[in-house]
Amino acid sequence: MSDQTAKAAIDVRNTSKIYGRDREHGVVALDQVSLTIEDNEFFTLLGPSGCGKTTLLRLIAGFEQPTHGEILLFGEHLEGLPPYKRPVNTVFQHYALFPHMTVAENISFGLEMLEKPAAEIKPVVDEVLGLVQMEQLADRKTDQLSGGQQQRVALARALAPRPKVLLLDEPLSALDFKLRKEMQVELKRLQNETGITFIFVTHDQEEALAMSDRVAVMRDGLILQVGNPSEIYDRPAKRFVADFIGDINILRGSVVSSQGDKARVRLDTGYEGDAGLPTGSDDLGDAVSVAIRPEQLSFVDDAVEADLSGSIQHISYFGSGFDYEVLIPGGETVTLQLQNRGAGQHDYAIGDEVHIAIGANSMQILSD
Amino acid sequence: MAEIATGKMDKSIDLKYQPGFSQIAWLCIVVLYAPIAVLVLFSFNQNRSVTVWTEFSFDWYIKAAQNEGIQHAAWVSLEVAFIAMVISTILATMAALVTTRTPPYRGLNVAVTVINQPLMVPEVVTAVATLIFFAIIKQATGVTGIGYLIAAHTAFCIPFAYMPIRARLEDMDLSLEQAAADLYAPPFKVFRRVTLPLMMPGIMAGAMLAFIVSLDDVIITLFVAGPGETTLPLYILGQIRRGVTPEINAVSTLFLGISVILVTLIFLFGTDKNKGKQ
Repeated sequence: MSDQTAKAAIDVRNTSKIYGRDREHGVVALDQVSLTIEDNEFFTLLGPSGCGKTTLLRLIAGFEQPTHGEILLFGEHLEGLPPYKRPVNTVFQHYALFPHMTVAENISFGLEMLEKPAAEIKPVVDEVLGLVQMEQLADRKTDQLSGGQQQRVALARALAPRPKVLLLDEPLSALDFKLRKEMQVELKRLQNETGITFIFVTHDQEEALAMSDRVAVMRDGLILQVGNPSEIYDRPAKRFVADFIGDINILRGSVVSSQGDKARVRLDTGYEGDAGLPTGSDDLGDAVSVAIRPEQLSFVDDAVEADLSGSIQHISYFGSGFDYEVLIPGGETVTLQLQNRGAGQHDYAIGDEVHIAIGANSMQILSD
Repeated sequence: MAEIATGKMDKSIDLKYQPGFSQIAWLCIVVLYAPIAVLVLFSFNQNRSVTVWTEFSFDWYIKAAQNEGIQHAAWVSLEVAFIAMVISTILATMAALVTTRTPPYRGLNVAVTVINQPLMVPEVVTAVATLIFFAIIKQATGVTGIGYLIAAHTAFCIPFAYMPIRARLEDMDLSLEQAAADLYAPPFKVFRRVTLPLMMPGIMAGAMLAFIVSLDDVIITLFVAGPGETTLPLYILGQIRRGVTPEINAVSTLFLGISVILVTLIFLFGTDKNKGKQ
C-alpha cells in the first residue's frame, strides 16, 4: 500500500484551506479533502465556481499554504516549499504571458531560471514550439497573438521545463466554442505525447468528460465523487453530481431489496426494475431518488412493453436532437431525448399520449 | 484585450452637444494659455518693453544665455532637481512595492496616507517646518551646504513620484509575478526579470514628475535655500522685483519648453501599450 501511494503523482491527505481566523469566522474553501492522482493521468477537478477546485490547484502550485493536512508530490512532502522550488508548472486562466518578452523568451524563461546552459535551452524551446505548432511565431511579442495562440504559448511555456505535474486553471474558458473544441483535442494529444500528469480545473462538464481519465466532482470544498467519465455520468453517487453533469430525470421510488451495489427499486408510478446503488449508502431508507438520463428513455408503440406512460407537454428542438417533456401519472415530468435522424422521423406532437421504455441498467439511486 | 464599450451616447445627453459647450471650452483655453502665449511672444520682442511689440529677434535669449546669474541659477536648479529626482524615485519605488506587493498588513492604509500626506499639507507649513528643523540640525552639527535643499526637495518629491509608480503596479496583473515564481524564479529574479521591467514606464513617469516638481518649486526653496543656492525660479522672482525685462520672458520660455518636453514624455510613457495585462 505504501509503495503504491509513493508512486502517486499527487497525494492530497486530509487537507483543508480556511481563509480567515478559523472555521467559524472564516471561509472554508477546502474541507478535509483526500485525493490521489496517479502518474500520467489526465485528472479533472470539476465543479461550480467557489467549490474549491482552484484553491486545491493553488495549494499544489504553492501559491497558498494549506491550513491543515499535507500534499505529497511523488512521495515528497511539499510543505514549506515555495512555488519556485516545486517541479510543477501552471497554465493560468488568462495565460499570464510576459508582455515584455517574445514568444521564445517566454518559453525559455523557466529553463533559464533552472540555470540550464543556453545550448540546452534552444533545442527544448524549438521542440515545445513544434509541439504546439507555433514555430513561425517564435519572435513575436505576445500581445500580437490571438487568444488561441496565446493559449498555445502558455502551454508551451509550462511544458518546456518538463514539470512532473502540469496544472491547468480553466485555460479554455476565454476561448470561443470552436477553438475550445480544438484545444480539447490538442490538450489530450499533448498529455499523451509528453506523458506528464495533467491536473485540469474546469466548471464545464462536457470538457471534463471529453478529456479526462478521471474526474473529481467538487462542491463547497468537498469532493463528492471521483471516477472515470463514464462512472461519473452513468453512475452518479449524489444528487448534485447527477444534476451538475448533463440533464437528468430524478424520480421518486422505494427500495424493494438490495445486494452489493445493485438494488431492486419500485418507482412511485408502479414500475419495478434494477438500479445501481452508490457505495456506502446502506441507510438510504425506503424512499429514494432514482436518476435516469433522458437518452436512456425511448418511445414504444405497444402499451405492454411500456414502463411509463404519459402525455407530451413540451418539445424542444436543439439541432442534433429533440427533448420531449412527458407528464406521467403522479404529477412528475420526465424528459426523453431522441437523436435527430432526419426530417419526419419523429412525428410526436404536444398532447400525444405516449408509452416509454426505460433502458436496461439505466437507473441509478442517488444519495443527497 | 476587452473592448471597453464607449458606445455611442445619445446626443441629447452627451455634454459635447450641449449649446455653448464649444464656447466655454474655448474660453477656458484662452484663460489658461493666453498669458503664456503673450509671455512667449514678447520673449522674441526686439525692444525693451514687455507690452509694445516692435520687431522679432533672439536678442533676449542671447542676453539671458550670457547672464552669469541665470547660468548659475539654472545649474543649481538642474543639480538639485536631478539628485532629488533620483533619490525620491528610488524611495517611492520601494514604497510602492511595499504598499502593493505584500499581503495586506496592519497599518497599510496608514502607510499609504502618510506617503501621500505631503500633498495635503499647505506648502508654507512644510517650508517653515523644514526651515526650523534644518536650523536645529545646522546648529547641532555645524554642517551647511546644498544638501539641505536637496533633502527638502527629495522629501516633497516622493509623493509625486509615488503616484504613477503605484498606479502602474496596481495595473499590473499579479499572475505575471506568480507565473514567474511558478517557472522557478526566486523572489529577486521575479523582481528583476518581470516586476521591474513592467513597472519601468511608471518609474520613468514618476521620475519626470518629481524632476518637474523640484524644478518648479518656489516656496520651500525660498525658505530653505542658503546663499549661493538660488534656483532658477528664485532668480526670476528676484529679477521681477526690479522690473520685468524680456530677458525674464526668454528664461521663462525656455523653462516652459523643458516642462512641456517632460510632460510629453510622461504622457508617452503613461500610454505605453504594454499595460502588463492580457
